[in-house]
Amino acid sequence: MLRDVDLSGYQKITGKNVPRESMVASGHRACQGCVEVLAMGMVTRAVGKDCIVCNATGCMEIITSSFPQTAWKTPWIHVAFENAGAVASGIEAALTAMTRKGKRKGPLPTVLAFAGDGATADIGLQALSGALERGHKFIYVCLDNEAYMNTGVQRSSSTPFGATTTTSPAGKKSIGQSTRKKNLPAICAAHDIPYVATCSPAYHLDLMNKVRKAMAVDGPAYLHIYSVCPTGWGCKPEIGISLAKLAVETNVFPLYEVIGGRYNITKKVAKPKPVLDYLKVQRRFRHLAESDVAGIQKQVDDSWAYLNALAAAFPAPKEKGGAKEEE
Amino acid sequence: MAKPKKKSGREIFALGAEAVVEGALLAGCSFYAGYPITPSSEIMEGMASRLPGTSDGVFVQMEDEIASMGAVIGASLAGRKAMTATSGPGFSLMQEFIGYGCMIEAPLVIVNVMRGGPSTGLPTSPAQADVQQARWGTHGDHSVIVLSASDVQECLAMTVTAFNFAERYRTPVILLLDEITAHTREKITVPTPDSFEILYRLQPSMPPEWYKPFEETVRGVPPMPPLGAGYRYHVTGLTHDPLGFPTQRPDEIVALLERQFRKIDQFFFDIQLADEIETADAEIVVVAYGSVARSAQLAVAQAREKGVKAGLLKLKTLFPFPRTKLERLAPHCKILVVPEMNMGQMSREVKRVNTGQFAVRTINRVDGQIITPAEILKVLRRR
Repeated sequence: MLRDVDLSGYQKITGKNVPRESMVASGHRACQGCVEVLAMGMVTRAVGKDCIVCNATGCMEIITSSFPQTAWKTPWIHVAFENAGAVASGIEAALTAMTRKGKRKGPLPTVLAFAGDGATADIGLQALSGALERGHKFIYVCLDNEAYMNTGVQRSSSTPFGATTTTSPAGKKSIGQSTRKKNLPAICAAHDIPYVATCSPAYHLDLMNKVRKAMAVDGPAYLHIYSVCPTGWGCKPEIGISLAKLAVETNVFPLYEVIGGRYNITKKVAKPKPVLDYLKVQRRFRHLAESDVAGIQKQVDDSWAYLNALAAAFPAPKEKGGAKEEE
Repeated sequence: MAKPKKKSGREIFALGAEAVVEGALLAGCSFYAGYPITPSSEIMEGMASRLPGTSDGVFVQMEDEIASMGAVIGASLAGRKAMTATSGPGFSLMQEFIGYGCMIEAPLVIVNVMRGGPSTGLPTSPAQADVQQARWGTHGDHSVIVLSASDVQECLAMTVTAFNFAERYRTPVILLLDEITAHTREKITVPTPDSFEILYRLQPSMPPEWYKPFEETVRGVPPMPPLGAGYRYHVTGLTHDPLGFPTQRPDEIVALLERQFRKIDQFFFDIQLADEIETADAEIVVVAYGSVARSAQLAVAQAREKGVKAGLLKLKTLFPFPRTKLERLAPHCKILVVPEMNMGQMSREVKRVNTGQFAVRTINRVDGQIITPAEILKVLRRR
């Protein structure tokens, strides 16, 4: 359903006023070349100090809070695997009620929920759906590294077709992951929430501005961030960002936003690269035959065409205050 | 010098978790549904790579532990030998369905690799703190079998036993391992399939129109055809009558629950497994299970060298609690020592059945470290 979304409070980030301070301190224990923690840092940069972070179980929870240290400069809570959405709901509801009754003053801090793809698409989907439906004002960030990396690379429902993981091992009788990636942004958009977006850490200004829009809307916002995992994907740690860029340039992971049901493709790729370029640098896809790659290319093309059709049918209004700035 | 090869099985160097996989496949497990969680993920990964290679094996990764148990119950009703494996938080999520499994008498196996708790606790450290949860975790009066294993070879054997008990008594069976047993790598012998007795659930011999899915029988275990085999089968978690339909009649309610308890309790002699090591003349006996039993075994041997008449009762069945094994020690044994990696869960059972024959000493450790032989030896030598 279409709804009008008030984005008047949106404060744009340009190359000149990039916030410097990340709420995730350095010295955490992420793997070499982890893009997920980089993306998380970008989100907290855009949000600023005034926030409360709810973290589901996952890589980001483990690496930022290993005993006896914490990497967090903000209030932070980890509850369990399945309930980041529920915990964020509780925090937001309590703060709102206290404000309403005059027990606390000032603007609400931003309530941020960070969860991995497993904690969002699998075990935590129920809690997320409930939170979106109730309409809490919070930002749910799914850091999608396409498998359960924290427990040793098991498949999730966000693992792409053909990828080998420890529980979808490729072999004589199996191609690896045999199902297609769950379309989480579409599921969230179907909750009629004001703001849904996909982001990539390779496009940092785009990512941070989407966070700023998510902060500006009145109601829940969902951000799906593509997070390269060199350990789990079997790629070189130094190519993390270029791989994230390649995912956008091959249309494997298109960047778009859904504002009140209206679509805006934020990064239009004029000449998409073949999906093989993206697949061949990752060990998780190396068993694929040519015909499999052709099949994946077709899936990607079909999804891209579908997204374009949606954007043509329900276009988002043009952004006020100047054109999009490239970095 | 070539040694003659043993024909009794093949030798492998395996994790406890891999031994569970071997045991499950030997026992005829053909369905696994699960969700990854440290430290039990290796069982799942083993099943993911082995089951598709079997003739009719099915491996499914579910979206959480609740769904995993749901799928396992469904597969069990459909006639499969089904299992899942998990650890602390996942085991908590499974509890509702474990009660459902008890109520509808579904044969299935749940492996819980215990880690430190409560909540997220110590994901990579061992504990034995889910013992009472395994017995009483789900709500309502229910009867359930809880087993444990202390080394890698035993992981294999007890997994087979777990499937046999599940099939014979039509009940969920919980196999409690701890992080140490699951992650220890040892040389073990995988026996040939014919060297084990493999049990299957009773199939009805009557025509479909006479069949009652929850009928009273001598053993208390009604026959169980797979769903869709032509027998009418109404399955509900509501208290049900012998036909499987919901009932509120007091006589039918009590008959159902009593039968569900009786079918396990009356066979305690078959179910209650424990190894007795040097207990025949022991004056002080260690009651231990899981990885701690191995520390205890060394401690007992060292105590014997020092002239202490010590013995070890290694529990393999935790519930129903092997009370008769303890009672048999009474004539010569005055002291029981219960070392365990929790605040005292099995020692509660020991104290419960103790009617004054024994002094009970406990050794508890909850810091994520194993109880060492030296710690146990110290208590054994304290007279």
